Amino acid sequence: MLSRVADSLYWMSRYLERAEHTARVMGVHLNLMLEHDLGSEGRRWPRVLASLGSREKLQGDEFPTAQAYALDQIVSSIGAARENARQVREQISSEMWEEINRLFHESKRIGTPQSFRAQPFDLVSAVTQSSHLFHGITDSTMLHGEGWQFIQAGRFIERVQHTARLIDSHFQEFYRAGAEPSSAAEHMEWIGLLRSCTAFEAYCKVYTADLRPERVAEFLLLNAEFPHSVRFGVERLGQSLEAVNQATTRKSDRLGKLAGRLAASLSYTPLEEIMSNLHEFSAGIRRLCGQIHAGIYQVYISYPIEAALGA
Amino acid sequence: MTPAFDTSQQVRFHDYWLDGAFDEMFEAESVPRPHYRALYEMLQEMPLAEMRRRKQSADVSFLHQGITFTVYGREEGTERIFPHDLLPRIITSAEWETIERGLAQRITALNLFLRDIYSDGRCLADGVVPREIVYSCKHFRREMRGITVPKNIYVTVVGTDLIRLPDGRFVVLEDNLRVPSGVSYMLTSRQVMKRIFPELFRKAGVRSIDHYSEALLATLRALAPEGRPDPNIVLLTPGVYNSAYFEHAFLARQMGIELVEGRDLAVHDNLVYMRTTAGLRRVDVIYRRVDDDYIDPLAFRADSTLGVAGLFNAYRAGNVTLANALGTGVADDKALYAYVPKIIKYFLGEDPVLDNVETFLCSQPAERQHVLEHLDQYVVKAVGESGGYGMLIGPYSTAGEREEFRRRIQADPRNYIAQPTLQLSRAPCFLDGSVEPRHVDLRPYVLYGDKITIVPGGLTRVALRKGSLVVNSSQGGGSKDTWVLY
Repeated sequence: MLSRVADSLYWMSRYLERAEHTARVMGVHLNLMLEHDLGSEGRRWPRVLASLGSREKLQGDEFPTAQAYALDQIVSSIGAARENARQVREQISSEMWEEINRLFHESKRIGTPQSFRAQPFDLVSAVTQSSHLFHGITDSTMLHGEGWQFIQAGRFIERVQHTARLIDSHFQEFYRAGAEPSSAAEHMEWIGLLRSCTAFEAYCKVYTADLRPERVAEFLLLNAEFPHSVRFGVERLGQSLEAVNQATTRKSDRLGKLAGRLAASLSYTPLEEIMSNLHEFSAGIRRLCGQIHAGIYQVYISYPIEAALGA
Repeated sequence: MTPAFDTSQQVRFHDYWLDGAFDEMFEAESVPRPHYRALYEMLQEMPLAEMRRRKQSADVSFLHQGITFTVYGREEGTERIFPHDLLPRIITSAEWETIERGLAQRITALNLFLRDIYSDGRCLADGVVPREIVYSCKHFRREMRGITVPKNIYVTVVGTDLIRLPDGRFVVLEDNLRVPSGVSYMLTSRQVMKRIFPELFRKAGVRSIDHYSEALLATLRALAPEGRPDPNIVLLTPGVYNSAYFEHAFLARQMGIELVEGRDLAVHDNLVYMRTTAGLRRVDVIYRRVDDDYIDPLAFRADSTLGVAGLFNAYRAGNVTLANALGTGVADDKALYAYVPKIIKYFLGEDPVLDNVETFLCSQPAERQHVLEHLDQYVVKAVGESGGYGMLIGPYSTAGEREEFRRRIQADPRNYIAQPTLQLSRAPCFLDGSVEPRHVDLRPYVLYGDKITIVPGGLTRVALRKGSLVVNSSQGGGSKDTWVLY
C-alpha cells in the first residue's frame, strides 16, 4: 500500500473520532449546564476546553468562547476527515465515501454558529450517529486488510488520548481521595464524565449505579471489555499495528515494543498506584501515544529513503 | 385498464432537418442509411415515456459512478457530470477499416518523425519540415536530443480527432500526442449503453471495446526497460484536483496498477521508487498523465510540485520508461500539423490515407495576409492550446473579438493558424423528447507498443448547443457511445 494512502486513511479516521468526541463532550456539558446553579458555572468551560486539548486562556464570559471553539473543532475535523477520504476515494468503499460526504454537507448546514447556538443537540447527535454509522459501514464493506488496520489504528490512538485527557482533567477538579460525591450537582458531574465516554450504562452493568470515583477510574482506564476504555483502545491499537507489521513484513519491533509497554502499564499497574498519581499516569499514556504516532510515521510513512534502501 | 403510459406518444422527428453538413443517420428526408436502420426502427416503435425512462436510468448510472470532469476557471474544483447523449453514433466496418489504416499510418510516421528530430534530424536537413517550426515550438524538448527511448516508441497513447466533411470523408483535425484523455468516457458509456439498449446491440452487431485496458497494460509492459521481466507499472496523476482525475483512477483500477502522485515517488541513484508501507518499491514504467513541464522540477519547471525530482535523469539513464515520452508535443503542434502529409510521404513513401484540413500558417507572410483579410471566414487557433481554449470562430465572432485576434496574430504570428470553418457532420441526439441533429467529431484511441492497437470505437463528442461547432467538454460539449459494426 502506498504510504500516502495509509496516511490519508489514518487521518481520516483520527479526525472523525475527534469530531465525534468533541461533539459528545459538548453535548454532555451543555446538558449539565441546563440544571446548574449559575454561580458554579465559571469553572466549567475552562476545564472542558482544556480537556478538549485547547491551550486557550479564557477571559470574561467563557461560554461563548468554548462554544465557538468546540463548533470549530467539530466542523473543521469533519472537513479534514472528508478531505482525507476524498484523497483516497478509490481505496475506500463508495458507501463509506457517501456517508462521510453526507455528514460533511449536513455539518455545513446545521453547523453554523447561529443554528449551533439555537439547536446544539442537532449537530451533536448528527455527528455521533454518523460516526457510528461510518464505522459500521467500514466494518461491513471494506476489505479488512492493511488499509482497514490503519483506519482502526487512527481511531483508537485518537480515542485513547482523548479519554486519558478527559479523565485527568475531571479527577483534578472533583476527586478527593476516599471521599464520595458530596452534592447532587457533583454526582451529576461524575455521570457526565461517564456519559462523555458513552460509559454510563456499561458502568451500571458492572458496578450498579453506585458511583465511586475509584471505580469510575478503574472502569474508564482498565476495563478490558468496554470499547471506550483506555485499555480496550490500547489493545486494539496494538493489534492493528501488529497486523500492519505482518502485512508489510517490515518487522519493526520499535512499534511493537511501544504498544506492548503501553498495554503492560494498563494491565499490570495496580489501581492504588494509578490513583496515587493519576495525572502522571494519564500524561504517560499520552506521551506513549505520541511516540507511537511518531513511530508509525518513521516506519511506514515518511521514512528516509536512505534508511529504506539500506534495509 | 388504462395503460401505464400513453402509447400514442412517440419520439418526435419533426424538428429534424438536413442541410449542407453530412448527416450520419439520414441519406435523405426520412430515409435512414442502412447501418442506422435498426436504431431508426427502434425509435419509431418505442414510446416516448419509455425513451425518457431509459435516458433517466442512464443519467442516474453516470451520476452514481461519479463520471465527472472539472471545469477550470470557475469555482475551485467544480465537478460536473459529463453530459451524455443516449443515441449511439454508428460507423460501418468499411469506414472503420479506412480510419484504422489511416491512423496506423499517421502514428507510425509521426513516431518516426519524433525519433528523427531528437536524433539525426534528417527530415530537417532534407527540408521536409522547416527547422524554425520545430525549434520554435514550445513543446520541443532540447533535453531529449540523443536519448534512446525503449523500442523507439515515443507516442504510446494517442487520441486523434477526426471530423467528417460534407462529402462523407473523414479527415484529421488534430493529433493529441501528449496526454490525451477521454477514454474512460468511451469505456463507461459502453457499459451503460449495454444495459440500456440490449436488444439494439443484438440486432446491430457491435464490436467490443472492453479489451482496451488490457491492451493498454500489455502496451506499457512491452515498453519496460530491458532486464525487467516483471515490470512494476504505475499511473502518475497530478492528483484529485485535476480535471481528468476520474479517468486516472478508473484506468488504474481497470488495469490493476497503482495510482501514484509525484510525492509518492522518489529517485535514488537514477532509480525510481514508490514509497509504500512495506518500504520502497522500484518503478519501471510510468504511464504519466502529468505534462512535460511539470514532470521533474530539476529538469523542467522548478515550481512544479506535481512531479518527481530526478525523474528525468533516471529516464535518461534508461532505468524507467515514461509513456508517452517527453517532447512528443512538438508533433501535435498545430503549425506542424500542416506538414504531416509531407512527413508521411517522406518517412513511409505513401500517400496519406486520411487527409488534413486545409491549414494556413500565420507565420508565412502571404498566408497571414490572406487570413487577416478574411478573419470572418476562418477558425483561428492558438497552436499550443487545447480543449477549445484560445479559439476564434470567424463566422460567429463579433468585430471586437476579430480585432483582438488580429492584434494577437500580428504580435505573435508563429502562435496562430487558421482553418476554414468546417461543417462537421451531424448525428441525431435525443433532446427533451425529440430527436434533433447536432454536430459531432470522433476521437479514436491508438496504442503503440510492440504493435499498434486501435480498439474499434472511440469518443464521439457532440456540440449539444444548437448550431454550435465546439465539441469540447469544457465548452458545453457532451459525448455519445460510438459503435463500430462487424
